[in-house]
Amino acid sequence: MHDAAISIKNLTKSFKDLQVLKGIDLTVARGTVLGLLGPNGAGKTTTVRILSTLLQPDGGEISVNGYNVVTQADDVRHSIGLTGQYAAVDEYLSGRENLIMMGRLYHLGGEASKARAEELLEQFDLVQAADRPAKTYSGGMRRRLDLALSLVATPPIIFLDEPTTGLDPRSRLLMWDIVSSLKKSGSTILLTTQYLEEADRLADRIAVIDRGIVIAEGTADELKDRVGKERLEISFNTENDFIKALSIIEGEAIQSNKEEKTISLATGGTVAEVKRVLDIMEASGLDIDTLNLHKPTLDDVFLKLTGHQAEEKLDESVKEK
Amino acid sequence: MEIKKHSTMYWAISDSMVLIKRSLSHIFKNMDQLLGVAFQPIMFMLLFRYVFGGAIQTGGTTYVNFLVAGILIQTAAFGAMTTAIGVSTDLQRGIVDRLKSLPIISSGLLIGHVTADLVRNIISSTIMILVGLLVGFRPIAGFDDWLLIAALVLTFTLTFSWLSAIMGLLAKSVEAVQWLGFVIIFPLTFASAAFAPTASMPKGLRIFAENQPVTHIIEAIRALMNGLPVGNHVWISFAWCLGLLIIAIPTATILFRRHTSK
Repeated sequence: MHDAAISIKNLTKSFKDLQVLKGIDLTVARGTVLGLLGPNGAGKTTTVRILSTLLQPDGGEISVNGYNVVTQADDVRHSIGLTGQYAAVDEYLSGRENLIMMGRLYHLGGEASKARAEELLEQFDLVQAADRPAKTYSGGMRRRLDLALSLVATPPIIFLDEPTTGLDPRSRLLMWDIVSSLKKSGSTILLTTQYLEEADRLADRIAVIDRGIVIAEGTADELKDRVGKERLEISFNTENDFIKALSIIEGEAIQSNKEEKTISLATGGTVAEVKRVLDIMEASGLDIDTLNLHKPTLDDVFLKLTGHQAEEKLDESVKEK
Repeated sequence: MEIKKHSTMYWAISDSMVLIKRSLSHIFKNMDQLLGVAFQPIMFMLLFRYVFGGAIQTGGTTYVNFLVAGILIQTAAFGAMTTAIGVSTDLQRGIVDRLKSLPIISSGLLIGHVTADLVRNIISSTIMILVGLLVGFRPIAGFDDWLLIAALVLTFTLTFSWLSAIMGLLAKSVEAVQWLGFVIIFPLTFASAAFAPTASMPKGLRIFAENQPVTHIIEAIRALMNGLPVGNHVWISFAWCLGLLIIAIPTATILFRRHTSK
């Protein structure tokens, strides 16, 4: 039990009539990164809030760093760092003052708090802005300061709740570098994200969560294997051909994009399989524009597992009502 | 993680000091607050002294001698709203979540805001009395009287700040806090003896005005400043404040704890 940094068994949680978590099971081994991947409203943030003792679970056995989140909440708090979706920094204090304040609240003592603040300012590329009030920071700088604040006490376990949502591409890359270096230093990280690329890039293992349950778990490669080794993407010259092709192609996890007139499908990546598809096209007299084979993305995985694309989740749920 | 061994009490005080320091530094780093602290009392003092001063009959005392006690308490009441706004902002910004995930005393954040209110109000009150002196305020209170006045103003501020913390925890947004504050504090301070003697008010209003705590505390301070008999006003004021504090502090603390574990 103690070798798992985070252990969740049958976690349930409802808000009034709405059951948000319907029995989550997850284990995160020490020193690894778990990516909790799912669309808006899947239950990712609720899970993180329960793990960080901000919310009480309705049911289940949950331990963090070997401590029970309900009965040993204070021990859990000593073991974790939390970065939420919004940057929880004090606007009027400077970056350095924010960090020192957090050090003191973690009971590091005055000198150690100052030293730790300097270290983190350096590590998070905030030295130049250290003495400016945080309200003058850009979105990326705030998010970095927020993450730095959660790491003041060098907790062994770090929760990152959508750390790059709303960031520009440059800030996102910088954040990814920081998470990678945390991982190298041996921290256990639970990262939630709606970005498939982010989970793919940072996480050792990925748990896909949808409507309050874990629908798949494994390494990025294991998940991708579930949708075939390679994906074949075919684009057509005319809309007519595209529509006709869509009606005759059979296979698993077919995705289509009407605007770009492309269809993609799972294959084993063998010449025979690709040839089979092309033969069908030729027999029907369809005019192919381009053809390419690529490794499946987590988008493909999500489509296969849930029957809908991650980004379309909101529309889907509206339709269901 | 290196955690030094100290008693729970040591850390409760240390944590509170850290958060008090934070809230205090907001007074000087947040321009809005600084302006509120410095200019609002000056503005009220000058407006009432010169706009209404000639029209309101205050019997034996001059209007400015009558007015200072009222403005002192009105400023304290409005100043206490800063706690509500601060708490509400911290909730929305996720700062409450962050602090709740730390192993610290749970009411530390509230203690920080409330203490900053006290300090802010000491500054405002001092400015206001100085401005009052410039425009004709001539108190005849002795040193003991001033100590009692200070105790009354600080107890009142403390009480309103804790009530204000409750408001901040209950309100859904910072805008709601401002609106609520306006709706509650305006009637409390204006339907009182703050700016005009209650004798001129219609009967229903007068009964309310004469018996509500704001009037008692203003009458107590006014009597002390002008060397008049204080009657029951001093002890009634303290009784009101202590009674409200006994309810407000635990309520705010419980609401704070609950807010994040909803």
